[in-house]
Amino acid sequence: MPHGFLMRHPSTIIFVLLLALFTVAVTVLSEGLGIGVISTSLVKTLGKTLCLALAAIAMDLVWGYAGILSLGHFAFFGLGGYMIGMWLMYERTRDIVVEALADAPIPPTPEEISDAIGNQIFGVVGSSDFPLVWAFADSLFVQLLLVVLVPGLLALAFGWLAFRSRVAGVYLSILTQAMTLALALYLFQNDSGLRGNNGLSGLQNLPGLDHVPQSLVSLWFLWGSALALGMGYLLAAWVVSGKFGSVLRGIRDNEARVRFLGYSVETYKLTIFTVTACMAGIAGALYYPQAGIINPAEIAPIASIYLAVWVAIGGRGRIYGAVIGAAFVSLVSSWFTGGQAPDIPLGFYTVKWVDWWLVVLGLSFVLVTLFAPKGIGGLFDLLSHRFSPDRHGADLGPDQGSLREKEATE
Amino acid sequence: MLRFILAGIALLFSCTLTLAQDRAMQDILQEQAALIMESSRTSIAPAIAAIADSGLPQAQVVLQTWQAKKMWRRVADGVFFRVEKAEDGNYTLIDLDSGEQAGSAKKSDIDQIKPNSGIRALLGSALVQFQLQDPDPRRRWAALTSIQRNPAADLLAPLRASIPMEDDPELKAMKQRAERLLTIAYDPDESSRIAAIDQMSRDIGVDVRATLNPLLETRLAVFAGEPPSDVNIASRLEPGEQITAIAAYDILVAADMGPPRIAPDAIRSALAEHIQGGFVGGVPVHQLDSQPARSRAYAALAAEGLVPPEPTPDAMAETLARHSFLRLFAEPSPAVTDAALKAMRSIDLRVGLNRTLDLFLDGMSLASIYFLAAIGLAITFGVMGVINMAHGEFIMMGAYTGYVVQQVVPDHTLSILLSIPLAFAVTFAAGVALERLVIRWLYNRPLETLLATFGVSIALQQLAKNVFGTQARPLTAPGWLDGAWVLNDVVSISYIRIAIFVLAGVFLAIYLYIMRRTRLGLETRAVTQNPAMAASMGINPNRVNMLTFGLGSGIAGVAGVAIGLFAKVTSELGSEYIVQSFMTVVVGGVGNIWGTLAGAGMIGFLQKGIEWFNPSNTLAAQTFMIIFIIIFIQFRPRGIVALRGRAAGD
Repeated sequence: MPHGFLMRHPSTIIFVLLLALFTVAVTVLSEGLGIGVISTSLVKTLGKTLCLALAAIAMDLVWGYAGILSLGHFAFFGLGGYMIGMWLMYERTRDIVVEALADAPIPPTPEEISDAIGNQIFGVVGSSDFPLVWAFADSLFVQLLLVVLVPGLLALAFGWLAFRSRVAGVYLSILTQAMTLALALYLFQNDSGLRGNNGLSGLQNLPGLDHVPQSLVSLWFLWGSALALGMGYLLAAWVVSGKFGSVLRGIRDNEARVRFLGYSVETYKLTIFTVTACMAGIAGALYYPQAGIINPAEIAPIASIYLAVWVAIGGRGRIYGAVIGAAFVSLVSSWFTGGQAPDIPLGFYTVKWVDWWLVVLGLSFVLVTLFAPKGIGGLFDLLSHRFSPDRHGADLGPDQGSLREKEATE
Repeated sequence: MLRFILAGIALLFSCTLTLAQDRAMQDILQEQAALIMESSRTSIAPAIAAIADSGLPQAQVVLQTWQAKKMWRRVADGVFFRVEKAEDGNYTLIDLDSGEQAGSAKKSDIDQIKPNSGIRALLGSALVQFQLQDPDPRRRWAALTSIQRNPAADLLAPLRASIPMEDDPELKAMKQRAERLLTIAYDPDESSRIAAIDQMSRDIGVDVRATLNPLLETRLAVFAGEPPSDVNIASRLEPGEQITAIAAYDILVAADMGPPRIAPDAIRSALAEHIQGGFVGGVPVHQLDSQPARSRAYAALAAEGLVPPEPTPDAMAETLARHSFLRLFAEPSPAVTDAALKAMRSIDLRVGLNRTLDLFLDGMSLASIYFLAAIGLAITFGVMGVINMAHGEFIMMGAYTGYVVQQVVPDHTLSILLSIPLAFAVTFAAGVALERLVIRWLYNRPLETLLATFGVSIALQQLAKNVFGTQARPLTAPGWLDGAWVLNDVVSISYIRIAIFVLAGVFLAIYLYIMRRTRLGLETRAVTQNPAMAASMGINPNRVNMLTFGLGSGIAGVAGVAIGLFAKVTSELGSEYIVQSFMTVVVGGVGNIWGTLAGAGMIGFLQKGIEWFNPSNTLAAQTFMIIFIIIFIQFRPRGIVALRGRAAGD
């Protein structure tokens, strides 16, 4: 019942239309195909923002709807990036090596080519052998599959262990944070097989497409990201609109009650945890070719917390809220930290935004949590005259707050 | 050989000297004049021995004069003098026996005796016996340390000779130990070496191992057929088992006992050199992209005699089979190497035991660091159930408080004593402010507490960066905490770590006292268990929550001072500990201080234990530790020490 579904959720139609409009507008204004008002680097920034929005949707599903504050979803995002990055780096290095060896008087053997690629890629970490994890790096198809499979399987294994033993609430948050830290520390090692803290680089160059200018490649990725975001949005909206979504919200508000009603809470949680991990992986796979480089610092626990911050500022429990939060905060952040924001001279001290932006972000985050738990998305409620009942101080919200909905409406 | 001559001469002269006790040094020099003037390293030994063993008090000075190239000989009568250059360009002659001036001479009248570096070294060793018997214990000590640093064969005899005369018991023990080690290394008599090795086989000192290891040094050797019987074999190597066939063959080639393997690179360049009209050895060039094709082409070239032939695998295997590969001891005597091996096994066992002890101490100290970092959290998170992500930043604030105090109060001891209460005050205030402004509105929403305090955390971190800069600030420990408590060469622990261990114990006691013996502790427990009921009993939950949170934060601040003493004080100091601290509390069991202690112990020992398997890689240790904890939580979701009953409810 796609027609009925869309009609019942007008925000979905509006969002998809706006996304399409945005994509067309950027294309028209771009350097690659349009009139050149928007620089290629800005197109890349916008494309990356779309990917972050997709990751935020995943976070919103798992946190805003299912109440699992996962501090590991940016790790899944990074893993997706690593998986596609391996293929990009391998193929590109292979192209370079084959070209270099083509002039040799004796044609190279396959072993010589693979040794030379290994030298090129792993020289920085003092090695030249291909580690086991690169076994499929030469196949785009397998690596694309791994973009989904690796984060998905990791989330499945971790989620199975955690949910099975009824780790919930803040304990789960801490545990996911530990998982993220473990993964980041592992990748920081030089012998992890993924070039340690050098990470993978040169990902913006698509193998075999050297003749295509970056202005065009950036547009392709923008389209790809927009498509993925649109699909992800539709999927998320569809998932939360049905019975599955109702059970998820039930788990968020009172897990024990849902369990007593006969639902297999663990299965629901595990499903949404794994599916959103795959979504985050796909978002990462689209993000890092636009960023050009990925290293373990990207997936440090703090990145996952920022993801939660975006969703909270945008408004939890509504999918467009996640998109707004990710887009707004990441764009504003890059504006402030990029040095474009003007300094404020106070006479005795000059406020440099590069230094003070994080302080402002941190404090505004506290303020949003305290005074506007609905986030920016709450503004739409104001527009549509959908007000929360006055609870004499305390807000309604997920977790224990929602239990008092009845008392509040009286 | 030299040693025998020396010893023999020494013996000879010691007999004659008793007869000629009152002879002058000049006489001895005249007797040895021919050798001295010849000045050759190979023949000079008797002359040096004659002087050194003369028993005359001036012998040391004469040797030193000689070594310093200050001994001259008057051409006219052949008398030796010490010569100093006078101010008027002439040379002052000084009598070697009396040490008095004996006139002056022109340069043309006297010949300088110029010992070469070999002779000077011999003179140096001869001088060692004088230094070892010097009346000044500091000189003796200096000579002894120089022997320990640069042991040499010719030092053994003077060292031995000096031991009976040593009256300082400490120096005597040092000398005896050095004598044992020199005996092991240089004594010509096999049985005394073995005896010395046995004697030292219960000693885990680094110097003993450094003496034994050269005895056990091995080299690879290859023999056609069976090895000769006079070599000291450490082990046999079978190609393909203890050593790869390729490596074994390379040893053969290095010993010129077989045709060299041709490296793939060499084959490729050889092929490239012999391209003729698109063909190499009858194979088209474009087909040479596989190893078999290249081998075929190379074989064809070899058949034409253009390149050296590549040994076939069969030929290589056959050559290998005809040779035996051995590891040989550099030390020729099997009895010595056997004794050394046995001693090394016994030493290794002892070293292993001591390493375990050292590892245990390391684990204890890491555990106490984690405990210190986590004990504040055990109050705010464990007792109150508040997730405070800014806990790490409170640790950082404590460390920076210590740094600021040190800028004002230069005396390190005083400043540390001052900064502990100050850090407590600062972070207590910060904790109370955080509780009043943020946390108390969120008691029903734990996940949002997590996020809001995270916001505070990044703001505080950036603030610290803005104020103190990004570079690490020093927080210097007072002088009496420098250094380490050294048990032996293997086991040692720095005083700072002992201090932290003590501090952790003090904190545990304070925590237990406050929670179990004070009104605040009682009220805290009451409010935690049931705020409504506690309130109806007349307890003000707001006040109790505020004070408890402030207490937890204050303890974090003091922990920050302690951590700052050994870690670098940066704005990221706290975030390095935050995950581990939460892990410690969760693993240990929320709400129980013994659980936190157990958790800290487990994490600390575990991390050190994993590091022991792979010492170069602490990142891997942390990774595996976290994975282990995640799995551990599966089996004990409520931690090591789980609370029972409703207090444990989630």
